[in-house]
Amino acid sequence: MSVNATEVLADLAAGRLPDAHGRFGPFGGRYVPETLIPALERLEAGVREHLHAPSFQEELSAQLTSWVGRPTALTFAARLSDEWGARIWLKREDLAHTGAHKINNALGQALLARRLGARRIVAETGAGQHGVASAAACARLGLPCIVYMGAIDMERQAPNVGRMRLLGAQVVPVTAGDRTLRAAIDEALRDWVSDPLGTYYLLGSAVGPHPYPYLVRELQAVIGREARAQFLKLAGELPEAVMACVGGGSNAIGMFHPFVGDASVEIIGVEAGGKGSELGGNAATLSYGQPGVLHGTYSMLLQDRDGQIQETHSVSAGLDYPGVGPEHALLGRIGRVRYESASDREALDAVRALCRSEGILPALESAHALAGAKRWAAAHPGGTLLVCLSGRGDKDMPTLQQTLLAENA
Amino acid sequence: MNAHERIGAAISAANAGGEPAVVAYLTAGFPSREHFVSDLRRIAAAADVIEIGVPFTDPMADGMTIQRSSRIALEQGVSLRWILESLEAMAPPLTTPVLLMSYLNPLLAFGLEPLARAAERAGVTGLIVPDLPFDEGETLHETLAARGLALVQMVTPVTSEERLERICARSQGFLYAVTATGTTGRTVSVPAEVTDYLDRVRRHSRIPVCAGFGIRSREQLERLRGHVDGVVVGSALVEVLERGEDPAEWLQTLRARAGA
Repeated sequence: MSVNATEVLADLAAGRLPDAHGRFGPFGGRYVPETLIPALERLEAGVREHLHAPSFQEELSAQLTSWVGRPTALTFAARLSDEWGARIWLKREDLAHTGAHKINNALGQALLARRLGARRIVAETGAGQHGVASAAACARLGLPCIVYMGAIDMERQAPNVGRMRLLGAQVVPVTAGDRTLRAAIDEALRDWVSDPLGTYYLLGSAVGPHPYPYLVRELQAVIGREARAQFLKLAGELPEAVMACVGGGSNAIGMFHPFVGDASVEIIGVEAGGKGSELGGNAATLSYGQPGVLHGTYSMLLQDRDGQIQETHSVSAGLDYPGVGPEHALLGRIGRVRYESASDREALDAVRALCRSEGILPALESAHALAGAKRWAAAHPGGTLLVCLSGRGDKDMPTLQQTLLAENA
Repeated sequence: MNAHERIGAAISAANAGGEPAVVAYLTAGFPSREHFVSDLRRIAAAADVIEIGVPFTDPMADGMTIQRSSRIALEQGVSLRWILESLEAMAPPLTTPVLLMSYLNPLLAFGLEPLARAAERAGVTGLIVPDLPFDEGETLHETLAARGLALVQMVTPVTSEERLERICARSQGFLYAVTATGTTGRTVSVPAEVTDYLDRVRRHSRIPVCAGFGIRSREQLERLRGHVDGVVVGSALVEVLERGEDPAEWLQTLRARAGA
């Protein structure tokens, strides 16, 4: 399907997308078993009724301030800027409660779930950050929480498994499929299909059937709104470029959305380039994927010629996903956002650089955005760049022990 | 007779004896790719309609059994193209109507128009697509309808009356009434609320209604008699094949009236 970039951009900037059918241009929609349709219709009605209602926004805003610690800081990375040659600001989502942007969405959806009368919450998690955020939000609101997590991810993100359990969540290992995020989503959907009306599915990224990509974007857009205002105040103008890492794409869409209408701002998403361009060697959906349907949405997908979903690879569990949010697919299609990829190696080098220059240990996911920033800086000496530092890297210590620390030894 | 009308005719013929028709599911190429055609023939001889599962890497509506059979089929290189070619090459062709059950993505990758053409050539009568709800299915419905092929729709116990009405107006072949919320393969009891639901679905439907998800025993079939036109057996039959037992014999036991 062809799309008119100018019209689409106007629609996006004016908040007219997704349309009534949950579409972002050709992407999005609702491809789920019939059993889930009433639950999604109810969720959609709930979103319409509550999300922008003053009473909900007040409740959310109070929790974001007093419990999450928002607004998060905007940090000028002085030494990193000197090293890389551009003026780099970091939006510090690593400082949000539980250590990543995921809490913005988890808290918002948990509040919504309580209003909708949910008896239990199920969530999926890859890196464990969404699982921890969901567990924390559910504990705060007194809701039972079950988190599905791939067996491989449980191993490489072991500290987060313990955190979820301490926070009172039940963590269910997923041994089916590829045993990572994608299998965890399959399993969470299966759970939800079994009890579509009593269970609330707290989806962690800007993917899935309508209205999730919209709901998650709205809850994460706080990142971009804050960052845009903070940047204008600190720098006196808009940044030349904005950058974020993209797996499913929730921190990125939250950061990008408030900038989409700013024509002067270049927007760049950085995917996981893994070990390289061969099928199965990366998770760079927008660089190497084809359109298709997975987990309820029509978007770009890493798949083979028979439409089977491919296994992915990334050093960062949170980006290790063969799909991407439908709004990113559209932003890429019309060229408003440029999507690149950074390799495992570049991400690890960026972890080291940020640690040593700014005293900040970034999540491996966020390190992909930093790797992109380094490249951008080299091409735009003296330019101004805003990077979403989506999370902190403490959870990655098992991986870092085997990589960066092993190299230093 | 249009391809999709063969489905209803086969179900009605089975109903003539006072028994629900049996729609039998197998995952293509499970347990082995080599035996697909012979398994298919044996099952076809003991069933009224055949549903061939196209394996997919992410079968979100399916329980453990069909997840497992799909994975094993994929490991043997089974694809939609191979299934259609195998069906087209069958001589003599099957007389039992065949439906394909596939998640949407393999169909999109094949291309909807080429799919309709290839399905017609292979003697397939229609499709069931578990992750394509009614509202998103118009394009596929029209592409298939142009060749007389059915797009079988599903309804569930949580489907609203108004939606049920709209779904019934469009389903072809039969209406697939999911007996319980949840994935395939779990045993479901058949309490009065299930039979009430099936009665309600049947009042709305102008085509046969077949109940599926969790049908495993003669006892369930007895409870469903009079409330449905047919039953779909999936996971239970896949497990029979998995154990290396004779699927035709198992289907005959399922169908045999006690004392008959």
